[in-house]
Amino acid sequence: MAITPDDVRHVAKLARLDFDEAEVARFAKDLGDILEHASKIAELDLADVEPTAHPIKLENVWRPDELRPSLTPEQALANAPAAEEQKFRVPRILEVEEVGE
Amino acid sequence: MSRFETVIGIEVHVELSTNTKMFCGCSNRFGAPPNTNTCPVCLGLPGSLPVVNEQAVRDAMKIGIALNCEVARSCLFHRKNYFYPDMPKDFQISQYDEPICFGGYLDVEGGRVGITRAHMEEDTGKSTHIGEGGRIHDATHSLIDYNRAGVPLIEIVSEPDITGPAHARAYATELRNVLRSLSVSDVKMEEGSMRCDANISLREPGGEFGTKVEIKNMNSLRSLQKALEYEEARQAELLESGKSVTQETRHWNEADGETHSMRSKEEAFDYRYFPEPDLVPQAPPLSLIEEIRSSMPELPASRRARLAEDWALTDQQIFTLTSVDGLLDLVSDAVERGTDPVTATNWATGDVLAKLKTDGVDADQSGLNGHKLADLCELVANGTLSTKLAKQVLITVMETGKGPGEVVEEEGLAQVSDESELAAIAEKIVNDNPGEAERYRAGEEKLLGFFVGQAMKATRGKGNPQALNELFRSKLSE
Amino acid sequence: MSASTAAAIARSIREGQTTATEVVEAHLAEIERTDGDVRAFLEVLGGTALEQAKAVDAGEVTGPLAGVPIAIKDVLCMEGIATTCGSKILEGWRPPYTATAVRRLVEAGAIPIGKTNMDEFAMGSSTENSAFGPTLNPWSTGHVPGGSSGGSAAAVAAGHAPVSLGSDTGGSIRQPASLCGVVGMKPTYGRVSRYGLVAFASSLDQIGPFSHTVEDAAIVYAAMAGHDPMDSTSLPESVGDPVGAIGRGIEGIRFGVVTELAGDAIEPEVAAAFASAIEGLGAGEVSLPSFDHALSAYYLIAPAEASSNLARFDGVRYGLRIDAADTTAMMRRTREAGFGPEVKRRIMLGTYALSAGYYDAYYGQAQRVRTLVANDFGRAFEDFDILLSPTSPTTAFEIGERTADPLAMYLSDLCTIPANLAGIPAISIPAGVDSRGLPIGLQLMAPALEEERLFAAAAELETRIGFDAKPALTGGAE
Ligand SMILES: [Mg+2]
Ligand SMILES: [Zn+2]
Repeated sequence: MAITPDDVRHVAKLARLDFDEAEVARFAKDLGDILEHASKIAELDLADVEPTAHPIKLENVWRPDELRPSLTPEQALANAPAAEEQKFRVPRILEVEEVGE
Repeated sequence: MSRFETVIGIEVHVELSTNTKMFCGCSNRFGAPPNTNTCPVCLGLPGSLPVVNEQAVRDAMKIGIALNCEVARSCLFHRKNYFYPDMPKDFQISQYDEPICFGGYLDVEGGRVGITRAHMEEDTGKSTHIGEGGRIHDATHSLIDYNRAGVPLIEIVSEPDITGPAHARAYATELRNVLRSLSVSDVKMEEGSMRCDANISLREPGGEFGTKVEIKNMNSLRSLQKALEYEEARQAELLESGKSVTQETRHWNEADGETHSMRSKEEAFDYRYFPEPDLVPQAPPLSLIEEIRSSMPELPASRRARLAEDWALTDQQIFTLTSVDGLLDLVSDAVERGTDPVTATNWATGDVLAKLKTDGVDADQSGLNGHKLADLCELVANGTLSTKLAKQVLITVMETGKGPGEVVEEEGLAQVSDESELAAIAEKIVNDNPGEAERYRAGEEKLLGFFVGQAMKATRGKGNPQALNELFRSKLSE
Repeated sequence: MSASTAAAIARSIREGQTTATEVVEAHLAEIERTDGDVRAFLEVLGGTALEQAKAVDAGEVTGPLAGVPIAIKDVLCMEGIATTCGSKILEGWRPPYTATAVRRLVEAGAIPIGKTNMDEFAMGSSTENSAFGPTLNPWSTGHVPGGSSGGSAAAVAAGHAPVSLGSDTGGSIRQPASLCGVVGMKPTYGRVSRYGLVAFASSLDQIGPFSHTVEDAAIVYAAMAGHDPMDSTSLPESVGDPVGAIGRGIEGIRFGVVTELAGDAIEPEVAAAFASAIEGLGAGEVSLPSFDHALSAYYLIAPAEASSNLARFDGVRYGLRIDAADTTAMMRRTREAGFGPEVKRRIMLGTYALSAGYYDAYYGQAQRVRTLVANDFGRAFEDFDILLSPTSPTTAFEIGERTADPLAMYLSDLCTIPANLAGIPAISIPAGVDSRGLPIGLQLMAPALEEERLFAAAAELETRIGFDAKPALTGGAE
């Protein structure tokens, strides 16, 4: 299974990781080796086999719609790297931007 | 009207009004101080685990049944993975290929709309963008409140069966009516408890589907229609001039009445859905589905049919009564106390609704109730109040919550119908205005209004107009 | 050895031969003396431990573990106490809540004496992947203790605590137990609540005990197992009487050796010790062909779940933040700086395995292999009551020996992974030492929920084997 540096960059972006070129090369090799090993199972004919997501057979685990105590805002924000006005502060968000007409 | 056919599909997100959030016991109350309704689960703290709120599952089934869907005998939660700071776990617990409800429809004005699915998921927190203008790309930084994170949502996805902006509005309106009748959500678009995203494309009649554009950010039914009208015209113009439509997401801007392109900086989203390993499958037993099915409230469509038949109301009246919170209850209560349905409805859809709108309150927040409306109608019917005075009394009742009788008493508004009292007044007016009396007798009959008007002035509006009409007519012909 | 077991300590405190304070002080002194050689602890909780000891001595806390020190893997949340998961990204994080398992142990009188070192986010088989430096094997400080719960295994082996907690996703309790010459047990998936256990791979993770004796493992297991409404995957079934099962013997128990876990991959000295340990049990052989693919399936499923579980470490709400001009850049820099190479490798692998176009070939296929493994176990348990194998293919390897070759490292978990995929209980007990004096472990596996049978059989084998070697720690290093 050949993993290209571009594959690595794409996946790193999805995973919010930020690699330098040396890391890109190293992960391309490591992932290629591991997937080479894993690809043995990709070749198995398991069309008739149901997938197992869970080792146990439980269903309908529900809780009643009843209030439980929340944290205090002090507790909620105690570990915040930055906070303001009792809210978590982050740098500006650029995921989507308006580009106009 | 362009030569193209419009194809619209709508995704509606509805916040359920459960006591607690989807996966934790934090309060699901709107408007609490920031980050006060949070816990390890809805803050996505390491080591915390979600547990499904049974009421949310019941509400989801209720919604599905109301929308003529099939309720799945088995469904799953999946994780939808993408990074966003207002999503505490950086994935959303949602449903993917095994939703709880699917394959339904809703009949609305303009034609039946298929419902692809209704599924359960959780809401995100809320970001405030700080800096010039508060707009996202001008911001210097953002502040996040996780009170809304984990609020139960039902996402209702329609088939692309909607044929135009008005049809879209009718669909969203009827959907809102249905959800309201189920008492599962506040369905307030302004507050975000009901949010509509629309996909719209144009095509040659009967031809292949065109490129679709997703529009977001409409916070009223009116802006849903307006945004779609704008977008329909924009796409038609592009196609007419031989250009093509770009597949994209556009935001409706209420201020300038246009949609604006939003570009994703990332390449196409890859949500990496997989079954949520911290939750087990949902397999609502038949008995539970039946229990919910048998306790469904009356839905708007059947209620409308009943109103048309029992009360002989017009379509427009029925529509208004069933679209505004509390109005139908008001009329029903009044009718129960003996008021004629048409009279009660006229009041409710006329002056009552106008006053509610002016004050910006819901029917149950005003001082009026069915009992008081019945009393008011009775005061008009027995001649105690003129219609004009009754309107005045209604305003006071709605503002103060006092009974109509009490208001009439306090303000001395009862109509003067006493013959001798009125006759004395009429006598004086005729004597004080000999010129007008002369002209009336000479055949200028429209002056009768003048005399009645003078009498109303003298009685500060309380004179019975019919009685006065007759009095003057006989006096002036003497 | 018996003087240092949890059972013996609890008994002598109960009978007044010693006090909890003396016990805690003695263990703190032993940590002080030799933990410089081993580096099992990330934080020693001397202050709170002595306070809790006082409460036990005052009779305020009773229970089967009253006064027994316990070391806690640093992947379990304790309110107000730093929880790092061996990662820089969580340095300084103090959770506002306590894991259910830890809370139950404290309620049973156990005294957390420290947080132990681990492979970062439990990813590794040698405890070399800790951001805070490796833990060393008490039997030979040039060797690894195994992992990922290496700190908890080493703490018990070194006499720093009679018992400890670890977490086992693919062998992270049993493999280090084997390499450190102690008992390590993984319960049935769902027996011990995962609430407060920082997730690695949610569908595989289980909390379990380390101890010197099978009886102690049963005592700790019994104190923390059982249904927890905060964990949707927590089993409702009764835990039964695992401690009472000790001494029931093995009469009628049919033992089977899994040929796929006892073949060429096993080092000859390990194979020989395994063979002699099971002599006289009349064990049969059973071939479970899907096990050849278990490792591959595991190394797709676990990283896939981990890539999603670890998304939340984004610098927004807790832990490390490396600032940047926008949130996306901040998240990328934070994660780049905060995660070590093995964690990044698994996040990359898991993200890839779930991404569009690869899901079916990798994650989906791995889940099907998981079904085959469970089916194979099911078949084997028709003919056998307990399945046997070596715990680890090799004894402890040298520090640094496998760090450059991830695949070689992954092979350490060959024998332990199938039990995680199927969710069944398994235990590793010491079975001897190799020619260099390094411990060898023997693994017993039982059907789901059959912990009583597992403990009964393990206790009997423990007696037959009579392992009584001890590491000799000089306390020289500092
Ligand atoms: Mg959605
Ligand atoms: Zn919460």
